[in-house]
Amino acid sequence: MLRPFTLHRPETAEDACALLATLGEDAAPYAGGTELLLLMKLGLLRPPHLVDVKRIAGFGDIADGTRLTIGATVTHRTLERSPLVRARCPLVASVARHVANVRVRNVGTVGGNLAFADPHSDLATLFLTLDATVELVSPRGRRELSLAEFVRGPWETARRPDELLASVRLSPWPTGTGAAYVKFGVHERPTLGIAVALRLDGAGGRARVADVRVAIGCVSPRPMRAEAAEARVNGVAEAELGDVTGAMADAAAESVDPADDLHGSAEYKREMVAVFVRRALRVAVARARGAELSASFPHAVVA
Amino acid sequence: MNLTMVVNGSSHELDVAPHSLLLDVLRDSLDLKGAKRSCDTQVCGACTVLVDGQAVSACTYLAVEADGCSVLTVEGLADGEALDPLQRAFLDAGAVQCGFCTSGMLLTARALLRENAAPSREDILHYLRGSLCRCTGYRKIVEAIMTAARTTR
Repeated sequence: MLRPFTLHRPETAEDACALLATLGEDAAPYAGGTELLLLMKLGLLRPPHLVDVKRIAGFGDIADGTRLTIGATVTHRTLERSPLVRARCPLVASVARHVANVRVRNVGTVGGNLAFADPHSDLATLFLTLDATVELVSPRGRRELSLAEFVRGPWETARRPDELLASVRLSPWPTGTGAAYVKFGVHERPTLGIAVALRLDGAGGRARVADVRVAIGCVSPRPMRAEAAEARVNGVAEAELGDVTGAMADAAAESVDPADDLHGSAEYKREMVAVFVRRALRVAVARARGAELSASFPHAVVA
Repeated sequence: MNLTMVVNGSSHELDVAPHSLLLDVLRDSLDLKGAKRSCDTQVCGACTVLVDGQAVSACTYLAVEADGCSVLTVEGLADGEALDPLQRAFLDAGAVQCGFCTSGMLLTARALLRENAAPSREDILHYLRGSLCRCTGYRKIVEAIMTAARTTR
């Protein structure tokens, strides 16, 4: 059961921010409600005011440019089916298709997902490999933060009480990039999510790996890029990839900061990071070559 | 707040609180008991109804969000005594055991067939993720949906 609240439905970002500024901690921004309403039903959050941001013009738009701008109230389902997203950031559409279930995807929003900052967010992990930035609006104006600056820890962001997350901007990868997102787990939320993207520079047997991006989610307090793991394979000749994959997986496992919880022990999660970084790398390399591995891993989804 | 919605073809005007959940309005105000409250966290699918053709978890969906929309519950699937092809196929395949998940399964399948008239087995399994049945093991449910798709195409 939900406790009573007042529902506000502003039609401009200015009105929404003014409400947030006036109501302070008594108000919570509300979009799909797929996370917020659950916490309210449990009594963990009891905001007397909800500010519905779904009627704000532009918040539901996806816009192309040098970067791809995704409005905060775009649903997972829209992301999954948008021809623009499929053309510019195909893996984003593919990952969105595997978020939760169809009912949650129909209602839940990209902005809500990021602003809620659940460490198990698939999108936040993937977006790190797309150099995502978020746009925040407030009565004081606009500011843009990298996603890494925005997500500060579990369920904690840099959003100030009178700020609204308006959009997220992604930098599509260079042409020829092959990428994979692999998530693994036996519970409702994934135990880990790994995104790997890379390019093969040069032809035939002399190609070298370039522009490697590795992001790891669910395991540390917040999703993170694994730069040490990236450095192990960046610039390596494709023919010698097999020699450095183990070192890359080890570097990834060393870079995470896992905790014991219902998903498993910290030691187990570290080991799974190593296993799934290797697997995601294999799929991404094959895709960079234009091939699709017919790989299937138990309890895992390959997007 | 004023809530005007068409439920199973009939228009309703209701006065509901902002915190009223669609599931409670359907079950308690309109006496439509087909959608069930089970997990209450959008995981199981027992409360699934269609809002403008899209599957939602009525347990975690504010009733006022359905204002101006068309809502379909399992009670609206049959046309009088004539069963929907999905209902017929579920009966013929034996896709129902205890029946608790059935209304959600039928409506989820209805939403799927509207988007994809010829789904593969894999498409159906993907769409049914988050629709839990603890009796049948899904095989007969998937068969029934494939049969219904063939008969309505």
